[in-house]
Amino acid sequence: MGFISGNNKKLLSKIATNDGHGENSAYFDGWKAYENDPFHLTQNPNGVIQMGLAENQLCFDLIQEWVVNNPKASICTSEGAQDFKDIAIFQDYHGLPEFRKAVSRFMEKVRGDRVTFDPERIVMSGGATGAIETLTFCLADPGDAFLVPTPYYPAFDRDLRWRTRVQLYPVVCESSNNFKVTKEALEDAYEKAQESNIRVKGLLINNPSNPLGTVLDRETLKDILRFINDKNIHLVCDEIYAATAFSQPSFISIAEVKEEVVGCNENLVHIIYSLSKDLGFPGFRVGIIYSYNDVVVNIARKMSSFGLVSTQTQRLIASMLSDDIFVENFIAKSSVRLSQRHGLFTKGLAQVGINTLKSNAGLFFWMDLRRLLKEPTFEDELDLWHIIINEVKLNVSPGCSFHCSEPGWFRVCFANMDDETMRVALRRIRHFVLKENKGLEVASKKQCRRNKLEISLSFRRLDDFMNSPFMNSPHSPMSSPMVQART
Amino acid sequence: MTIKIEKRPTVGLSKVATSDTHGEDSPYFAGWKAYDENPFDEVHNPSGVIQMGLAENQVSFDLLEEYLEKYRDVARCGSGISSFRENALFQDYHGLLSFRKAMASFMEQVRGGRATFDPDRVVITAGATAANELLTFILADPGDALLVPTPYYPGFDRDLRWRTDVKIVPVHCNNSNNFQVTPQALEEAYKEAESKNIKVKGVLITNPSNPFGATVQRLVLEEIVEFVTRKNIHLVSDEIYSGSAFCCSEFVSIAEILESRNYMDSERVHIVYSLSKDLGLPGFRVGTIYSYNDNVVTTARRMSSFTLISSQTQQLLASMLSDETFTQNYIKTNRERLRRRYEMIIDGLRSAGIECLKGNAGLFCWMNLSPLLEKPTKDCELAVWNTILHEVKLNISPGSSCHCSEPGWFRVCFANMSENTLEIALKRIHDFMETRTIIQKH
Repeated sequence: MGFISGNNKKLLSKIATNDGHGENSAYFDGWKAYENDPFHLTQNPNGVIQMGLAENQLCFDLIQEWVVNNPKASICTSEGAQDFKDIAIFQDYHGLPEFRKAVSRFMEKVRGDRVTFDPERIVMSGGATGAIETLTFCLADPGDAFLVPTPYYPAFDRDLRWRTRVQLYPVVCESSNNFKVTKEALEDAYEKAQESNIRVKGLLINNPSNPLGTVLDRETLKDILRFINDKNIHLVCDEIYAATAFSQPSFISIAEVKEEVVGCNENLVHIIYSLSKDLGFPGFRVGIIYSYNDVVVNIARKMSSFGLVSTQTQRLIASMLSDDIFVENFIAKSSVRLSQRHGLFTKGLAQVGINTLKSNAGLFFWMDLRRLLKEPTFEDELDLWHIIINEVKLNVSPGCSFHCSEPGWFRVCFANMDDETMRVALRRIRHFVLKENKGLEVASKKQCRRNKLEISLSFRRLDDFMNSPFMNSPHSPMSSPMVQART
Repeated sequence: MTIKIEKRPTVGLSKVATSDTHGEDSPYFAGWKAYDENPFDEVHNPSGVIQMGLAENQVSFDLLEEYLEKYRDVARCGSGISSFRENALFQDYHGLLSFRKAMASFMEQVRGGRATFDPDRVVITAGATAANELLTFILADPGDALLVPTPYYPGFDRDLRWRTDVKIVPVHCNNSNNFQVTPQALEEAYKEAESKNIKVKGVLITNPSNPFGATVQRLVLEEIVEFVTRKNIHLVSDEIYSGSAFCCSEFVSIAEILESRNYMDSERVHIVYSLSKDLGLPGFRVGTIYSYNDNVVTTARRMSSFTLISSQTQQLLASMLSDETFTQNYIKTNRERLRRRYEMIIDGLRSAGIECLKGNAGLFCWMNLSPLLEKPTKDCELAVWNTILHEVKLNISPGSSCHCSEPGWFRVCFANMSENTLEIALKRIHDFMETRTIIQKH
């Protein structure tokens, strides 16, 4: 049944016919390559390994155990079925009270109980994707701008701009100081925006950062709060990776710091959250807006009619997250497993001379391949990237897709695969880098021999390290970000 | 921890945030407040306000519960081990194929097999609320308009206009021909938009209609299709009540009209559907857009990223709706029960001296109280409504909140309560009408 009519594009809106959906970027070539040739340990061991998808698959054994032991949480089981009707007809956009309570409690635990969250301020949305768009609709008019530090999550371009017609203005961060968000960079961006007659309505930060995997320190957070107060603009903090911080320095939420800044106007501060990363439930579309501004809570709640969380899911989540023992155990184990994965990769890469930005959070690391570029240009970065996809068979994400100001950086996801796949991926990267090293470096024979020894030793150490307690899983059934709500 | 009252001035929010296009300040919602403050309960609060302003379908829940009882292991809605993980990870905006297939099949069954639906044209959204807004974003630019026949579902004011900045230009319908849409009314509305330099991008109809609970006749549908084709604009058919037509053959879907024309020129047509009414599952947020336009399908799918259906819910419903024994029985039984409820309320109202528009679908009836109005004005309508709300203690919806151009009509829902409660409501109306008759006589 085909109804293709080429001329009919004219009949659609500007929003429908522009590129605001973001899917035409080169970024998606990697996904296409993966889709055409997806890695599978036994069925397609030479396929492309998906390392461009920031998913958390490390703790499903814990979740599944809980689900099996708590049949009442599901309204489809005999234990839970008596609540089916009440749950199915509940469409109040405030959400189930137990859901809001459980989510706010979970957010508190993730922050080590250093802050409290009021369940009355929890507003639902269709994933963090929906949350960020809804907040943008609330805070900015068409043509207004949000400042956002680079590098940043590519889909912000769609989420903050597409249907809202708001602009994004970059706050350029540099490798020279580990991509820190500085006062100077903020002021600079703000001034430049002003000069171009762009009305800045807010600043969006992502903490922990995607793609850097770093957490913002207390002083930076305070500087940011002073900055937004000074300019009287909003601050949106996307804390979607809050529970993925796995070592020191610990994650500090904006909720903790705002009290410490004298004269801080709370009405300017808003938090975005979701269960897609910390718990690994992107399919359930659980997005949260938490605002300290009563009017925003009110309006965002009305807008949430366009993206409420299914009550079936609210009920399951409420049950799960109010199980304190489960939650504490989950957060702790998740931390340990993320730390192990991260360590294996980053150390394995360091041994072949590949640096990664020092990080302690997120489901990815920020890999430095600048020395493998012929010229420090984005064309070369994309060339290198195509080689990595087509020859090394890894889908990693090039820094330019994150609007990084410096070429040569790549985001590599590590939590969306099982151990065997991880080993294969690491082996491939190391093999590739060694090949490149041979071509690039003028090394003495002695040096080469020593390197080889170190490498074979380190491989053995790697293998010894592998004693994962959790089940092997097939590669992610996911396909391209063209179809992901959030990658 | 209570919400602190911030004494500082509100900092800049967007125009969208500070407008009242969300529609919640209308008197329509005052009724809801009255209900919230004093909700009827057969046992605990028998003199409370009975909610008759909520178009919910509660007459067939036992069938759903029976299904779950029989198939709880097969349903695999999250408690199965191996499926849970894959399901929790599934965020593909195409939606589960099994779900789309089941939806397409269910939509065909609701139409008695008189139309076919391609699962690849099913786009998922979190409820019809999201579907209507999303389609508006795709079909119209800010400042453009959609023509909507009056009276219409009050939520459209928010769904079609609030964040999209699109206008609604009403197509006035009246009781002289049972509120049916006419080509003249469409033409008038179009000209009115033109005279204000407003570009009309489409027509949005609800079929079966809310608020009057009647199916749109085939001839009228054909006239509407002819009109949109002539003007080269879109047609959105919100068929959310399609499974609530009391008699299957009386409902004609726009899909049937298109099929009978071999889908000629159909890429301007889009259907909105949801399980909130037919299956009575509004909490699950299950909406779909079905478009005959490839560009719209692609774009709508991308946009659905902002409002996908929980994969857990997709999984449950894929199971349920692909069980044809269950769905055939459900559709048939649901129609029958709604018809009986409708007859019960119509008879009850008639014996109280109240007439309704002849209806054959939906979860409500369109009641004519114009004889009670002192003058045929909106204010008098609201005065009667206030009385019914605060004295008779029934929350019904005044026609003015549905933009009805004739005062005195009210939408009364009948499927969101038990039969007992409905009887109590009818008795209250009966007593009220008797009192008024006595007063009038004096």
